[in-house]
Amino acid sequence: MDLFEYQARDLLASHGVPVLPGGVAETPDQAEAIAREIGTTVVVKAQVKTGGRGKAGGVKLADDAEEARARAQDILGLDIKGHITHRVMVAQASDIAEEYYFSYLLDRANRTFLAMASVEGGMEIEQLAVERPEALARVPVDATVGVDTAKATEIVDAAGFPAEVRDQVIAIAVQLWDVFAKEDATLVEVNPLAKAPDGTVLALDAKVTLDDNARFRHAEHEALEDSAAADPLEAAAKEKDLNYVKLEGEVGIIGNGAGLVMSTLDVVAYAGEEFGGVKPANFLDIGGGASAEVMANGLHIILSDPAVKSVFVNVFGGITACDAVANGIVHALQLLGDEATKPLVVRLDGNNVEEGRRILAEANHPLVTLVDTMDGAARRAAELAAA
Amino acid sequence: MSIFLNENSKVIVQGMTGSEGRKHTQRMLASGTAIVGGVNPKKAGQNVDFDGASVPVFGNVAEAMKETGADVSVIFVPPAGAKNAVIEAVDAQIGLAVVITEGIPVHDSTYFWAHAQGGSTRIIGPNCPGVISPGRSNAGIIPANITKQGRIGLVSKSGTLTYQMMYELRDIGFSTCVGIGGDPVIGTTHIDCLQAFQDDPETEAIVMIGEIGGDAEERAADFVQANVTKPVVGYVAGFTAPEGKTMGHAGAIVSGSAGTAQAKKEALEAAGVRVGKTPSETARLMREIVGA
Repeated sequence: MDLFEYQARDLLASHGVPVLPGGVAETPDQAEAIAREIGTTVVVKAQVKTGGRGKAGGVKLADDAEEARARAQDILGLDIKGHITHRVMVAQASDIAEEYYFSYLLDRANRTFLAMASVEGGMEIEQLAVERPEALARVPVDATVGVDTAKATEIVDAAGFPAEVRDQVIAIAVQLWDVFAKEDATLVEVNPLAKAPDGTVLALDAKVTLDDNARFRHAEHEALEDSAAADPLEAAAKEKDLNYVKLEGEVGIIGNGAGLVMSTLDVVAYAGEEFGGVKPANFLDIGGGASAEVMANGLHIILSDPAVKSVFVNVFGGITACDAVANGIVHALQLLGDEATKPLVVRLDGNNVEEGRRILAEANHPLVTLVDTMDGAARRAAELAAA
Repeated sequence: MSIFLNENSKVIVQGMTGSEGRKHTQRMLASGTAIVGGVNPKKAGQNVDFDGASVPVFGNVAEAMKETGADVSVIFVPPAGAKNAVIEAVDAQIGLAVVITEGIPVHDSTYFWAHAQGGSTRIIGPNCPGVISPGRSNAGIIPANITKQGRIGLVSKSGTLTYQMMYELRDIGFSTCVGIGGDPVIGTTHIDCLQAFQDDPETEAIVMIGEIGGDAEERAADFVQANVTKPVVGYVAGFTAPEGKTMGHAGAIVSGSAGTAQAKKEALEAAGVRVGKTPSETARLMREIVGA
């Protein structure tokens, strides 16, 4: 889960990282109140989970509370690369003497953690990494050891931080590791880490990504979830513990196993090229088990998507054999009753496939078409969606 | 020959007494795997009956190895306890630890991976279906009866796509099939398996299945070009996956322009790997190569 800037800022502050005073507002009134409390020039920043806010007009200075209100009015509702701004952060504005960069992240390729730091902050780090790689220190962090003052010093010196801020940045590096490790983050990025004219070093903007797999030991992370932004179908699926992603297409997809479902989306998209560019409407993995109840829950979600014109159920019967899957589909259609209104193309393969196909043929449900191969079934589902 | 697992493998199950562990221990036994024990400190000294096969439960991995000569552990321990379970297996110096558990925090898997460096344990997974050398041994949850022993090696990030491919090519059969798992940090990689298949005289050709996220397939492509002389066919899932959305597996995510299926396909093809557009086409490519 990616956090909003204000959530990241609060999380950093709770681990002792120095940040500027500020708050989050959903209305111009709230923005005005926060600005009044701060009492200095403030910056009003759109809270959207995408880059390029400044260029899109999502970051503005305001000299007083009335102006903060007006700027919040401008920014709230702004569409930034498809993200609608529902909140602004109002924070004390800071003059910046120097901008630095600091992050911890998961380095998948090397199966370790990585600290990255640079005294050339402010710009996009991807750009810096390409244009001036020598300006970006990259220091692996052993997961079994972590970052103490000695390790932080190694990182800070590798990046060549100036002597007057070195001790402050070392302390911040240890605090940021605390955030990274204790919050089960996969990314903690501060850009810019800024030196104010008085020499104080502060985290002015931060990105944090938390590991959803660690939710079992971070019940408090639940509250950080942006339930308003979630697609309603995705939210409904999540409540049923279904692994569902809404896409822009017409063929509803149900399958078992993440890889097989991803593959199903691709095969449907290829087949759809023949039928006016029909595309898959969703990703839905009902897991290896594929029980009747889960199948019914999955079909319910997919059939409640008005964009769906046909449904492709693609199951490989491995651990749960095809006869059980077929019974699950028949039972799911009974549970759904009149709600099932769109044609279903079913492809079963694997253990007990003959028996599974026999069960479906015998049930003879008017909406169900059985096709033997994945490619053929995808073609049929695309054809039905285009009809 | 086969890789990682053979008819002499002696397998223990960490988490055998839980519901998943029990169900799949039964299945592994049914497919002829030598299951020699389970591990659960609270149930040490007991025996668990699986249709007449009585399997002893030990207090820890080291004790189980000492008593039974086990060299493989399959781990079903739930996410909260999985890190310690893997560390226990590594510290006992078991040869192979197959981590089936899904949903392990990446800080935990990165930790146990780092902990295992320099040790003698190969880790497969986490979040994987395991490894099977058909007709010999089955360590994990791969259905054993969908294929037979043969001359193809298979390595895949995905469980059900592995099964699909095993089934499509069941008449030719497989030396070993390895599900390496879909998490961002995994123990055994495509490259490890490619190397092992290259060295295995019984394996004639290799199927490699990848999916979006990370750059493991790109690195595997470089490895194939430099080190693999046996024919390799590939398949990559996730061409239609939108950026920034996790597609089921924790590691299956396109971030910006990184980790796309297109980039992986191009890298594999540039390395001389024939890449199928669909799983069935991939199976056809393999048939052409092995002449069956």
